[in-house]
Amino acid sequence: MDAPVVEVGGLRVVRGGRLVLDGVSFTIPAGQVTGLLGPSGCGKTTLMRAIMGVQIVAGGTVDVLGLPAGSPGLRSRVGYVTQAAAVYGDLSVRDNVRYFARMLGAPGSDADRVINEVGLDDYAGQLVGRLSGGQRERVSLATALLGKPELLVLDEPTVGVDPVLRRDLWARFRELAAAGATLLVSSHVMDEAARCDRLLLMREGRLLADDTPDALLARTGTTTVEEAFLALIEDTVPA
Amino acid sequence: MTPARTLATARRVLLQLRHDPRTLAMLLVVPVVIMGLLAWILSDADFDFWAPPLLGIFPMLVMFLVTSVATLRERTGGTLERLLTLPTGKGDIIFGYAIAFGTLAVLQAVVVSAAAFGLFGLDVAGSAWLVGLVAVIDALLGTALGLFVSAFARTEFQAVQFMPLVLIPQILLCGLLVPTDELPTVLRWVSVVLPLTYAIDATREVLGSVTTTAAFRADVAVLAGFAVGLLGLGAATLRRRTA
Repeated sequence: MDAPVVEVGGLRVVRGGRLVLDGVSFTIPAGQVTGLLGPSGCGKTTLMRAIMGVQIVAGGTVDVLGLPAGSPGLRSRVGYVTQAAAVYGDLSVRDNVRYFARMLGAPGSDADRVINEVGLDDYAGQLVGRLSGGQRERVSLATALLGKPELLVLDEPTVGVDPVLRRDLWARFRELAAAGATLLVSSHVMDEAARCDRLLLMREGRLLADDTPDALLARTGTTTVEEAFLALIEDTVPA
Repeated sequence: MTPARTLATARRVLLQLRHDPRTLAMLLVVPVVIMGLLAWILSDADFDFWAPPLLGIFPMLVMFLVTSVATLRERTGGTLERLLTLPTGKGDIIFGYAIAFGTLAVLQAVVVSAAAFGLFGLDVAGSAWLVGLVAVIDALLGTALGLFVSAFARTEFQAVQFMPLVLIPQILLCGLLVPTDELPTVLRWVSVVLPLTYAIDATREVLGSVTTTAAFRADVAVLAGFAVGLLGLGAATLRRRTA
């Protein structure tokens, strides 16, 4: 068994005087797609920021690829898509992706490859500011696919994406995982859970479940992740 | 921090500006318009006295404002945090901006100096080239100051207010309105640690001389030190980890 790619232990984060993550612990195995699911505001983004090493934490440990999160050695090995597209509106798609490629030290041809992978070939010369929200998010995703990331941390990468592209993107995520990459993908859309190898269910800063989709459904006696989520809430929070 | 990443950042910032022609036009035209206004309202002798120091101060004001807002856009747009999760050095970002806006600052100072001497009949006993050189240095100083303070601004409102806070006291104390040796003792000490004091002193030096004097070279060295120091501090204040 390989060492886990992400190892989180007793993670606590306080933001604005509020406990946003309350003792979260889990590991993410290599070569899998792990879904991070939960309602808006449950701490998904904060958890991902902690894994990227950009979040000030109050306690606990976060190790990524055997190094403390945010270590300089991780910066070219981990791809990151933030929830709001982190790209320049006053640059073309191609100029955006090329700039991030230069920051990574990836070759220029890599920019064309990732633009193709997110289905934006026809928009490569367009200013990002003139694209739709979903397209902007795909530019941001393209920058995360540059190089050969060993871990991809994707914060709601498929929001506002049409069903065909959503299917294609998930196929691409599966390919990346098959090639040995590890993916952590957050979503508040429960139906994306079925496409994951493992699920982390979160609510109000705590982890409700860390399991495979099938085991989760079997354990809760439900048929959909949505129902499983409700079953878990009603178990842990007595009325 | 690597030269390739710093230059890529400078190139990216200039590419962004190319898509904003109105900002570019204003950067180049506004100081010329103000200089023209000054030439119009002042007698020739008064213009020759006031224009050389203001030749540097106008570009400095403009570059300060533009630069302090620009880096703030990186912060609020999320791209700064994204860049800092990559192998980008903090210096790549700050010095990349400094190169890009420094290029504009030079262009702006050259244009306004050319207009002052060529169009508005500015006449100095010393070297017009050296007066222009000081204007370029002042504009670069404005860029460095703007980058430095933008590290402390969290919102656009704060960034804009750094101008009266950082620049106006310098303009009052730099020797432009009252010679520094006539200032109250405490304020004279303060003026010694403000970069604009050296810029104004450098202007006074070149007004009377066609060649560089030792005092002029010392002023320029101090200004260069301020610019590099401010940029270094600006880079040091960027935080990879935030709340």
